[in-house]
Amino acid sequence: MTQRVGSCPNCGAKIIFKWSSSVQTVCEYCKSVLVRTDVDLKKIGQVADLLPDTSPIQLNTEGSYRNKSFVVIGRILYQYQQGGWNEWHFMMNDGTSGWLSDAQEEFAVSFLAGDQKLPSLSQLQIGQTYSWNRDSYILSVITEAHFCGLEGELPFQYWDKNEVCFADLRSSSRKFGTLDYSDTNPALYLGELIEFEDLKLRNLRQFEGWS
Amino acid sequence: MSSGQPPIQGIPKPQVKALNCPKCGAAITLRALGQAISVVCPSCHSILDAKDPNLRILQEFNKITSIDPPLIPLGTRGKIRGTDYEAIGFERRNIKIEGVRYHWHEYVLFNPYKGFRYLTEYQGHWNDVAICKELPIIDSRFSIPLEANYFGELYKHFQTGDANTDFVLGEFPWEVRVGEQARVTDYIHPPRVLSSERMSNEITWSIGEYIYGKDIWSTFHLPGSPPQGVGIYENEPSPFNTNITSVWKAFGFFAIGLLALMIGFDAGSKKEPVFHSSYQLNRGEPKGEGSFVTNTFLLGGRTSSVEVATSAGVQNDWIYVNYALINQDTGQAWDFGREVSFYSGYDSDGSWSEGKQDDTVVVPSVPPGKYYLRIEPEADASHSTIVYTVDVKRDVPVTAFYGIGFLALLIPAILVTWRSVSFERSRWSESDHPPSPIFNTENS
Repeated sequence: MTQRVGSCPNCGAKIIFKWSSSVQTVCEYCKSVLVRTDVDLKKIGQVADLLPDTSPIQLNTEGSYRNKSFVVIGRILYQYQQGGWNEWHFMMNDGTSGWLSDAQEEFAVSFLAGDQKLPSLSQLQIGQTYSWNRDSYILSVITEAHFCGLEGELPFQYWDKNEVCFADLRSSSRKFGTLDYSDTNPALYLGELIEFEDLKLRNLRQFEGWS
Repeated sequence: MSSGQPPIQGIPKPQVKALNCPKCGAAITLRALGQAISVVCPSCHSILDAKDPNLRILQEFNKITSIDPPLIPLGTRGKIRGTDYEAIGFERRNIKIEGVRYHWHEYVLFNPYKGFRYLTEYQGHWNDVAICKELPIIDSRFSIPLEANYFGELYKHFQTGDANTDFVLGEFPWEVRVGEQARVTDYIHPPRVLSSERMSNEITWSIGEYIYGKDIWSTFHLPGSPPQGVGIYENEPSPFNTNITSVWKAFGFFAIGLLALMIGFDAGSKKEPVFHSSYQLNRGEPKGEGSFVTNTFLLGGRTSSVEVATSAGVQNDWIYVNYALINQDTGQAWDFGREVSFYSGYDSDGSWSEGKQDDTVVVPSVPPGKYYLRIEPEADASHSTIVYTVDVKRDVPVTAFYGIGFLALLIPAILVTWRSVSFERSRWSESDHPPSPIFNTENS
């Protein structure tokens, strides 16, 4: 892969990868979607300016999860019937990366759970129980969402999306899962719902009239 | 390579927006900084799409059917569990149970970092409500399970009904509609209530905690005083409930203490015989003439009890003895009368007996000194001679005191239990599972 520092093939702006395993980033100047190849950065697409949103989280927000600190380095923004939400991509101090979602200001931290047997979208049934890593999850809702843009670094190539589908899984504990059907192969993310306070977030956005 | 700052310094700070109603033109304030899904025009009560920059009309009203001003004015802020929240939405909902429609109010609270929270109010009873992050454990074999387990606590089914929204104001984090229906089921574990709301294809669980009106008033700095709570609410904490176990624990503790004391004093008491004598009461003697005094005896030690035991071999007969325990030096006297009677026989039910051939009485707190007894026996003149024995013992345990002490402990414990039980009964009388009456006369 290319160096951690490079320049945008479109506008020449300096591009710095915060996370060594990032596959894709968005040039913060010209909004070109750039992927790292063996030799250089390649422009694969273009995204529009992000719609204003109301998440208290932003790029470079720092926090801690299970006594490991993390920093937010990228995000994907979606919209669905109940409004917009972000999947914030964060990098932890041990080199792993995960996701912090903020749908309806209900915060959940999750990590990609590889090598699992996953149901196809057509097989899904609300209320059905699934078991992964010895925990059982109940499928609570299937969300049809609209891809609305992205920002920063991501662990995969992702930009040319339109309508995508997610299935949320809940459990009788705080454990939580998401089945992501936005790619050809479904992906499973497992994690937990977490209180805002417990993330000990710093460098949050400011809201007019609120502190 | 370019230098300098990125062209965009992030996205502008979200702030309260002022817009106009597309129906009537009235000013509309969006307080939830873009988090709201619907907003209600305060003037024409049209329900508008808060996500749409043009505030598309979702539901239109030609005339305002009713006005129900919120007790917490929208835009008021208050601190709940350490976080500032602003009241941004208000709805009135009703539920029909056995043909009667009950109304309650719900307030949407907002904080841009913490999200949404809710307050409910029914006839002066308030609940602080949040959406559950964990699913309660229920037995899904039943359409309405009678129990739900949440964080290891058991919640009992209280009521299920179809709720209908009939008045809305302000902003909501969902697409609110007047006429919106939901099947609401409440499970209680006072002071908490666990509720499930089923709307079309979605079930939402929320957890509420009872909160007193006066606390709402001080939190939101509201003028005047809160409306008085009517009756007992489903998850209202019982003022007796917390006491009931502690009362019985205290009762048990003191009863054991009392027992230990009793055993201790019994072991420690001397039970020293100081006087023993037998007498004969001859028949035909006129009443009162049998009065006599005994020899003096010494009651030693400190001030303590004296036991006077009377025994008589009566058969289908009685003897009544008037006693006076008299201090020889001071003349102080304790007067008491004791009866010994014993009857037995046969009837159609077999043999029976009544009474005893002996009697014991304890005179408490008798100072040491020289004493004698004045004895005046009485009996039925028609009967034969009665021989009776008088025994005096010094320093015996006064069991009656323990009995009184035990009762003094028992009565408040029973009282608290009874009040607690009646509180719970009136709570549950409003539920889908009313308690069956204890007495048939109840409710008559």
